[in-house]
Amino acid sequence: MNRIDERFDELKRHGKKALIPFITAGDPDVEYTMNAVRALESAGADIIELGIPYSDPLADGPVIQASSQRALKKGMNLDIAFDMVQNLRLNTSIPLVFLIYYNCIYQYGLEKFIEQCGKAGVDGAIVPDLPYEERQALKPFLDDAPVYFISMVAPTSAQRIKEIASSAKGFLYCVSSLGVTGERQAFGSNIDAFMEKVNLYSAVPTALGFGISEPQHMRRLGHLADGLIVGSALVRRIEQGASDRDIYEFMRGLRMALDECMEQTMEDNR
Amino acid sequence: MNKGRFGRFGGQYVPETLMNALDELERAYNEAMADSSFTEELNYYLDKYVGRPTPLYFAKRLTEYLGGGKVYLKREDLNHTGAHKINNALGQGLLARRMGKVVPVTSGTATLKDATNEAIRDWVSNVEHTHYIIGSVVGPHPYPTMVRDFQRIIGDETRRQVIQAERRLPDHIIACVGGGSNSMGMFYPFVDDNTVKLYGVEAAGLGLDTDKHAATISKGNVGVLHGMMTYLLQDKYGQIQPVYSISAGLDYPGVGPEHAHLHDIGRVHYTSVTDNEAMEAFEMLSRMEGIIPALESAHAVAYAVKLVPQTSKDDIIVINISGRGDKDVQSIARLKGVNIDE
Repeated sequence: MNRIDERFDELKRHGKKALIPFITAGDPDVEYTMNAVRALESAGADIIELGIPYSDPLADGPVIQASSQRALKKGMNLDIAFDMVQNLRLNTSIPLVFLIYYNCIYQYGLEKFIEQCGKAGVDGAIVPDLPYEERQALKPFLDDAPVYFISMVAPTSAQRIKEIASSAKGFLYCVSSLGVTGERQAFGSNIDAFMEKVNLYSAVPTALGFGISEPQHMRRLGHLADGLIVGSALVRRIEQGASDRDIYEFMRGLRMALDECMEQTMEDNR
Repeated sequence: MNKGRFGRFGGQYVPETLMNALDELERAYNEAMADSSFTEELNYYLDKYVGRPTPLYFAKRLTEYLGGGKVYLKREDLNHTGAHKINNALGQGLLARRMGKVVPVTSGTATLKDATNEAIRDWVSNVEHTHYIIGSVVGPHPYPTMVRDFQRIIGDETRRQVIQAERRLPDHIIACVGGGSNSMGMFYPFVDDNTVKLYGVEAAGLGLDTDKHAATISKGNVGVLHGMMTYLLQDKYGQIQPVYSISAGLDYPGVGPEHAHLHDIGRVHYTSVTDNEAMEAFEMLSRMEGIIPALESAHAVAYAVKLVPQTSKDDIIVINISGRGDKDVQSIARLKGVNIDE
């Protein structure tokens, strides 16, 4: 069983939501990333997204673009990322998911990529520029792969939601709002209707991302999905030189806000 | 499923947020092209505003100088605004208006690649109410097809004009290739005419043996960028490499997917010329014919300088002068160490 499925099953049993932080692998260096993964896990993260740096990340805002550039300058690449995951796997079983642009997979070779994910212990791959139609062509390779290719839906997906959501594996990445990655102040009311529709069709747990950056967002959005994804807010702290402790504290704050929100919801339902 | 393919190239490798907008654009585009009121309006502006058709000029002195076949110049430099780009800008502008969408104005800073990244990011944010004009035959489907169709007027006119002047099709057609819109527009109406040899000229910059060039088909390999599968200049991890050319219009690490396909099937011969060869051709054409080609177009002229002397007197050669070179005079003067007042 894939670690992502196991984790969501466990969360469900405990009536909890997944907290999914994103960091760029190799920003500012590999050792930092490995320590950050441990800090995030001990602070209560459920799944960790590791961004594979790319020269042209067109779904990302300035914070993650800059982070990607820093990692590339340090010589980060996919081979090093696989080695890093293999090392992390010596003492963690937290689900790890790569955020990787399709060209990086294509150059590496899809079959080799899938095989290495299996060997190293990567449980999922989010490929922001591989929409449903293009993914269909890869289906023969993906069907029995040890790594799940995570599907995405966006507020503009409309009639596409049903098809995408019903065929998703692991979890369904729900893009909260239009635009690129980056911290947002507030979320409009249309997000509730969007998630209602998504939850209706999704074959797997849903995770909401893009812009989510503060404890109050946990409280506002926690009830809408099975998990929340936090990226730029964390990456910005890393850019500003956050220590392991800082990362732990920030994640801990989000974890507590998300748990409080769920306890509140459970009480309201009682 | 898997729309907009040219052989194995093309496709729609974009964030999910844009997928419905691309569908909507494709539908709107197909409807518009089937609607005579749209095409009539487009033709009206191409005629009265752009000044089409552009001449096909027999370059007598150049022909004598090169000592081979008869050389004709397709004068896209005489378009209003000075280049072929207006053909597509007008088409997409009218289409955006018809769709009730605003056209976002994006300023191209740094390189064409970075400007394209930024424009796509902007579009993801404003996708519901804006249309993003891609200026070349690149990007996700339907852009490469749509831009080609708006540019094919170059080849359609050329075909008519050559037949009128010579009572037959040309033997060789030469055009420069960055993203590849002027060349695609020129080549497309001739693709099925196997007697017509087509040459796409890329920018070799300081030379193909250096890392300062933009010769994507000559030196690249297949990958995905800006929504399309095509040839790219990249490293083994898929990181897009910096490209260089003296000409800003050819300075792009990818190429239109239809060009990639025409290369694969061997229909178009892709080659390259260096900065120096392009600069020599720029000067040569200016002196010889009093026509200053854009530095981009000078790449096509430079290849003609190599090719034409090997052709027979009866051969007919067409060079696409995609734009005018007034814009490049300053930078050429600077490169030659000449001080001119701006």
